[in-house]
Amino acid sequence: MCLAIPAYVEELHEFDQATVELGGVRSKISLAMIDDVQVGDYVIVHVGYAITKLNVKEAEESLALFRELAETVGASTDALHPRVS
Amino acid sequence: MRYIHGFRDGKAAGALAQLIRREAKPDRRYHLMEFCGGHTHAVFRYGIPDLLPDNVEMVHGPGCPVCVLPVARLDMAIELAGREDVILASYGDMLRVPASRRNSLLKARGQGKDVRVVQSTVEALKLARDNPDKQVVMFAIGFETTTPQTALAIQQAEKMGLENFSVFCNHVLTPSAIQSILDSPEVRDLGQVRVDGFLGPSHVSTIIGSEPYEFFAQEYQRPVVIAGFEPLDVMASIVMLIRQLNEGRAEVENQFKRGVQREGNAKAKALVAEILELRPEFAWRGLGTVPYSGLRIKSRFARFDAEKRFDLVEREVRENKACQCPAVIRGVKKPTDCEIFGTVCTPRNPIGSCMVSDEGACAAYYRYRRYAEAG
Repeated sequence: MCLAIPAYVEELHEFDQATVELGGVRSKISLAMIDDVQVGDYVIVHVGYAITKLNVKEAEESLALFRELAETVGASTDALHPRVS
Repeated sequence: MRYIHGFRDGKAAGALAQLIRREAKPDRRYHLMEFCGGHTHAVFRYGIPDLLPDNVEMVHGPGCPVCVLPVARLDMAIELAGREDVILASYGDMLRVPASRRNSLLKARGQGKDVRVVQSTVEALKLARDNPDKQVVMFAIGFETTTPQTALAIQQAEKMGLENFSVFCNHVLTPSAIQSILDSPEVRDLGQVRVDGFLGPSHVSTIIGSEPYEFFAQEYQRPVVIAGFEPLDVMASIVMLIRQLNEGRAEVENQFKRGVQREGNAKAKALVAEILELRPEFAWRGLGTVPYSGLRIKSRFARFDAEKRFDLVEREVRENKACQCPAVIRGVKKPTDCEIFGTVCTPRNPIGSCMVSDEGACAAYYRYRRYAEAG
């Protein structure tokens, strides 16, 4: 229920609507809950509404930290084996 | 899918696993509760328990909205769907949840009752607009992530002058549930459940912010780390919790900085505050009656309140005695402690809600845990 995913804002429409793209799939969502969204932003979408803007700077910082960690700790194995149900 | 796959990198996960082993002191145990069912599924889907040392254990929390909804409320929804000229709009998650007398919304639909699955409240509004001779009721469930959408729909219905739209409101609050667990006899007196710290929900917190957790982090001296839902987020948050516990800190930290701020989403919060208000109490499945833990529609918007419009009454129900869902929800039992888990109760033939939902602990065990047990 609470699962939400980051999607790329492709186009803004009237009445707080927008077209977003995620993994090649486009859908129309509502931006009524957040302000100042521009084309090119990422938003986190839940049941048809963007609940927050994704802070790209913070996301990049986290990713950089994980990359650095992988290098310095020197883990050589791929530890995740996602299970398909 | 940018900003998703990067957080599922196997090498970084390996490094985090090493870091967890390094930080966790061998002479103590760490019992960490992931509140959210979404975290429970991420934990098992990516095999995270196998990457943790023996003294770091994940305890599964009640953060599955489908699981905590009392059967009596689901019975009310089914009754509503059976009323003349009513279309019940529901999120898909609810359809297969077992109600009283082995009923469910799906079975009700099979018997000719008008139950429609919607992806958002906007679709429910459209249903009302397109079916002016019917009464459309949105079966609204969920934690704070899903609540503003309900409030917005009521606001919208008022603007559109929709006379045939109402909401059966069952929204519940995360901080109240966490507090109820910390106050429960199992945690406080009996010591049956040990919870040393919490992985806090990230999507709920995009709305409410990290601030509401500060009270009980301090009051109950339990650290909280708001954690994203991807495997690296979960593992990084485990490191942060272990560090806090080692240093004797009990603070609210935010690992999901890319989406959560201390104050949350002010616009969404204001919207909810305008339309909805606290119920003095709400009965949760598993947790029992919890004061100020649920929301209802304000009297100013009473005409959009399905409970009032249709004079709905909550009736007492008898739960299936064999089903251990309530204990699983409280973290007292593991799904595998339940006698009917995986035998009588399976995702195809669920006896309890925890086996149905994509966030239920039993469903997570059933789907993913057998991989680990098979080696």
